[in-house]
Amino acid sequence: MEKVSVKVCLGTTCFVMGGANLQELIDIIPRKYGDKVEVSGSQCLGMCSIKWNYSKAPYVKVDDDIIEEATVEKVLDAVSKKLGQN
Amino acid sequence: MNNAGQAIHIKKEILVRIIEAFFSDDFEEQTRLIPYVMRPKGMEVPYRCCVYKERAIIKDRAIAGLGFSIEDDDETVSLAKYARKAIERREISEKNLTVLQAACKGCSTNRIYVTDLCQGCVARPCLSSCKFGAISIENGRSVVDDSKCKKCQMCVKACPYKAIVKISVPCEDACPVGAIKKDETGFASIDFEKCINCGKCIANCPFGAVHERSQIVDILKAIKSEKKVIVMIAPSIAGQFPGNIYQLKSAIIKAGFDDVYEVAQGADVTAANEAKEFTERMKEVNAKASEWVNEWVNEGGYDEKNKHENDEEKKVKNFMTTSCCAGYNQLIKKHMPEIKPYVSETKTPMYYTAEIVKQDNPDSVTVFISPCVAKRAEGFENPNVDYIMNFEELGALFVAKKIQITECEEMKYPTESSKQARNFGFSGGVADSVKAALKDENSVKPCVINGLNKESIRQLKSYAASGSCEGNCNLIEVMCCEGGCIGGNATMNNQRTAKKLIEQLSNESKNIDKI
Repeated sequence: MEKVSVKVCLGTTCFVMGGANLQELIDIIPRKYGDKVEVSGSQCLGMCSIKWNYSKAPYVKVDDDIIEEATVEKVLDAVSKKLGQN
Repeated sequence: MNNAGQAIHIKKEILVRIIEAFFSDDFEEQTRLIPYVMRPKGMEVPYRCCVYKERAIIKDRAIAGLGFSIEDDDETVSLAKYARKAIERREISEKNLTVLQAACKGCSTNRIYVTDLCQGCVARPCLSSCKFGAISIENGRSVVDDSKCKKCQMCVKACPYKAIVKISVPCEDACPVGAIKKDETGFASIDFEKCINCGKCIANCPFGAVHERSQIVDILKAIKSEKKVIVMIAPSIAGQFPGNIYQLKSAIIKAGFDDVYEVAQGADVTAANEAKEFTERMKEVNAKASEWVNEWVNEGGYDEKNKHENDEEKKVKNFMTTSCCAGYNQLIKKHMPEIKPYVSETKTPMYYTAEIVKQDNPDSVTVFISPCVAKRAEGFENPNVDYIMNFEELGALFVAKKIQITECEEMKYPTESSKQARNFGFSGGVADSVKAALKDENSVKPCVINGLNKESIRQLKSYAASGSCEGNCNLIEVMCCEGGCIGGNATMNNQRTAKKLIEQLSNESKNIDKI
């Protein structure tokens, strides 16, 4: 089974707009899902610069899906869904 | 940590848009458009009743972001005009907070209420738990008499059905000094005579109805001027942004400022002075105590002791409290003058840092980067501090200027600060630094007031009345926010991560010099 990949954007915009809190995911996910999920902080994912859309920050990438206005709950929810489907 | 969630997201977005407007060709027009850009025609309405109310509230938030008070707004003045007034403004106001009554829910009055879950039981534990006779039985069910109820919540705890609830007004509950209350219109209003600028109402209102009055436009104007603008970063900033504080320095310079000083540099001075003062005071305490013992032993024994023990001139001041928290200093001034003789006369890290900066650069404009609104009050009183910018506002500036901190090069600070000074931003850090600066570390018995609330204020008052602190502690560190500065109203990171990041930096720093 392929691992689910979670990339938390730690670019300045995401960090300022609420992403600071998402750093917790880097601790929470391995505790919750073990090695089924790979989580890492990432340099700017570039999402805010596409249409300069900082109002939807922070962003998190779960596999190829982008989560806008990400929260810890939203990301965990997306990961659970992925694992359920696999 | 600010827990107002989505409301704070909107506040930050507005700050970013004000900054973008400032750097655009037409500040006034771009500012006027902010509510329409954020809530365009046809957009699904996210929170309020209609798009018009959403825009009206965004306009109010922008007025606060431009530095004005909503209380003074009569709703006829356009945002464009406010933008112009902000540009023309020469002075900042002493009142740092403003309430958006349009955003305020006008929460139900703070009271104890018996819900329909009341079973009308035979035991009636609520009745016997109430010391004020506020509960009676009507039609077989409990009823609270608001005129007698003291909101002690004993009945809430006593009911086995959890049928009695406390209806909360979050801002009133959060305020440690009763400065924010619903006025006759039913909406929140601040009494500035009482307010200690702690920012707890900002952090606790779920509607985001309390705003800091930003000085961002004044700061941007200073950047645009010929003057040198120098930034002083509070120690707690180390846990608030991506990258390290050396990258942060070049990011700040990239944003338009001329130089950056660590306020930890001033914290080293505070720690040394506080350690000296502590030693002096404790010497005095011992001398006075033994003098008084001699007096009553020789002159009348225990009768004399018991009679005069609590006289003001006989009272021995067995403890000293720290003095670097701006919220605490406001509390002393407005509500607790009796503790003044116990408070260290040492100045704050911001004070010493600003003094150093102005000595090095006499004609510069100084900007302190702050975790909380209380520092605005301290800055207002200090002629060496020109402006205050909070963490959120600095963050908004980075967003508007598209600056990636982690891609910035590292820049050194003129003076490397100590480990202990860099730890000033979390609870326990200040007391630790005083201890570490002393030759005899064991002479300190520290204790920490971790957050001012009604309970801890009562505690401090009783220490001031008796001259002694619980557990014979002789150094009390007082932090207005729970967790210390990392719990300030304008912080962006959760406390656990923030503390970890600060310690990453401080563990690589040198130890503080002994005095």
